[in-house]
Amino acid sequence: MTAVSFDAVAAILLIPVGAAALLAALPNYRITAGLNVAASFLTLLAALSLLVTDRPQPGQYLLVDDLNIVFIVLNTFVGFTTSVFSASYIAHELETGRLTAPNLRFYHAMYQIMMFGMNLAFVSNNIGLMWVAVELATLTTVLMVGIYRTHEALEAAWKYFILGSVGIALALFGTILVYMAAQPVVGEGANAMVWTVLIEQAARFDPALLNVAFVFLLLGYGTKVGLAPLHAWLPDAHAEGPTPISAVLSGLLLNVALYAVLRFKLLLAASPEAIAPGPLMVAMGLTSLIFAAFMLYRRRDIKRLFAYSSIEHMGIIVFAFGMGGPLANFAGLLHMVMHSLTKSAIFFAVGHIAQVKGTQKIADIRGLTETHPGLGWALVIGVVAIAGLPPLGIFMSEFLVVSSTFARQPLLAIPLVFGLLLAFGALLLRLTGVAFGEPRGSTAPVEASYVPMYSHLALVFGAGIYLPAPLVTWFQHVATILG
Amino acid sequence: MNGLTFDIAHLLAGGLVLVSFMMLYQDRLFALINVFALHAVVLALSVAWQAYVQDAHHLYVTAAIALVFKAIVIPVGLHRIIQRLGIHRDIETAVGIGPTMLAGIGLVTLSMVLMLRVTPEADPLAREDLAFALSIILLGLLVMVTRRNAVSQVVGFMSLENGLVLAATGAKGMPLVVEISVAFSILIAFIVIGVFLFRIRERFDSVDVGALDDYRGERR
Repeated sequence: MTAVSFDAVAAILLIPVGAAALLAALPNYRITAGLNVAASFLTLLAALSLLVTDRPQPGQYLLVDDLNIVFIVLNTFVGFTTSVFSASYIAHELETGRLTAPNLRFYHAMYQIMMFGMNLAFVSNNIGLMWVAVELATLTTVLMVGIYRTHEALEAAWKYFILGSVGIALALFGTILVYMAAQPVVGEGANAMVWTVLIEQAARFDPALLNVAFVFLLLGYGTKVGLAPLHAWLPDAHAEGPTPISAVLSGLLLNVALYAVLRFKLLLAASPEAIAPGPLMVAMGLTSLIFAAFMLYRRRDIKRLFAYSSIEHMGIIVFAFGMGGPLANFAGLLHMVMHSLTKSAIFFAVGHIAQVKGTQKIADIRGLTETHPGLGWALVIGVVAIAGLPPLGIFMSEFLVVSSTFARQPLLAIPLVFGLLLAFGALLLRLTGVAFGEPRGSTAPVEASYVPMYSHLALVFGAGIYLPAPLVTWFQHVATILG
Repeated sequence: MNGLTFDIAHLLAGGLVLVSFMMLYQDRLFALINVFALHAVVLALSVAWQAYVQDAHHLYVTAAIALVFKAIVIPVGLHRIIQRLGIHRDIETAVGIGPTMLAGIGLVTLSMVLMLRVTPEADPLAREDLAFALSIILLGLLVMVTRRNAVSQVVGFMSLENGLVLAATGAKGMPLVVEISVAFSILIAFIVIGVFLFRIRERFDSVDVGALDDYRGERR
């Protein structure tokens, strides 16, 4: 346990908290936007330092292991690029008067608290603490979704709040049940909620109780992942909140909930008598995929369209992890990273597009590659990537998911491929009009920050062409941990 | 554990389920809030009894929070809000009382069958508490689904949280962090909801969540 690495864990938690306090106190939005970027960058550096330094020993509350470090690095990276995008986005919102200076103070402070909540959820070694952190991240996003205070924004925030709370309540009940299962074996007290202790002893837990607990946890955290029967909050929250928040919701918050599900899946897998968690996850994943693929055809709002695409991709990821095995887990992990990067890049582009066109209606956004080539082509690349065309990264991860499914459960591959093709068609159908149609709407030049979106897309493109060997071994190692 | 302590714990937890049922058929907002206050009082008694039985002093804090915050502060606050908004009329129940009660009975049966079956080896008190807690959670959900009014949905949600507190205290030796977080989350939830209610009032001139449906993005 070196002093340096211990500081790194503290840093990814304390920097956001300190920044939040500072941002809430400072009135000038230019300074706070810059500070927000700086704080996010420092957090990213701290997270990266975890990769190279020795990891701290798992404590009562905090833990860094091979699994969560993937999530932490991804989280802080997208958090940083989104803060860069957010700085240029809110400058425009302030000009048009949709947001006021006090709104922005609130917004920036909330942004950092949300980052704190998500980082805490990843590093917590205590299932109670993890629950608290997920809840914190949820509440901050609820407040940010409602920040415009329009009819639609309030409806979206209300729906998100109610469904999110119910989900979180179910997750807490599941957490209590896990404690009940652990208590006779581990003994009373805090130890029975410590993750590293639980996983060691899981084989001796009461399997029936664990089964019921997992159902509650899957439904509870699954609500936050946006799985099909429980997804109703997701499109509204994405469409009505500020676009940087849509980007972090899709790119990060869904992953936080997914991470929680994966942790508990491991716990169940460690208990030989408990039900296999895989089939449940496969069923929910497939339902989400096919449902979202159909819904994509009827969207008229561009942010809503990509929100449904997020449901679709979370479905694929949950499906892959549900299948299990080294290959499918590897594919799921890769797909998760690629989806986070691509989807946030798309939302960056969509945010600027909606600002310059003054609308989110797909019918009113036409011919972007002519009027705004920078944005238009970013959107084209992003949509091509998210639809799963080669040579981009998502093609590769989707290909791995499909091929590993064919190898083990050929029958399941049929609905999977059907869903993928359906979504593919819907996305390309919408894209042609938006990108290449007769130009419509404002052609005013746009002051956009191209760096975040193109750097994401470059990463996705690079991953599709060539995955560095250390990255592959790292992900393969994590995939074997996931069982 | 001797018979009497067990019986009292049983009585209080069962009482909580009963009060949850009473919520199902209240068709006026004030009455609903009063029943919720009663719910919180019974919860406080139940938690305090657990604290005494388990000799776990930190649970008295949870009981005190339930009593002061949920049984007094929130109901008084909600009364004020309702008066200020001028909505002390009937609650519109989306589903009739008869079917709601039947659904409630079904849910309680379900949770009893489920929880008692999977926990044969657990401590009998914790086991019954869990079964009751799940009933209360499901009944709270039922209240939320059958009401259209924002205030009564909030009340349904808080009764659901009461069920969670009952489960957490029933699980012997559960670390304090969770209890505090539950109490704390209710506080935050209430603030959030309070903010929302005022905004909704401000923008919609109604706290009927049904009115919100008119603003669905797809129909723009």
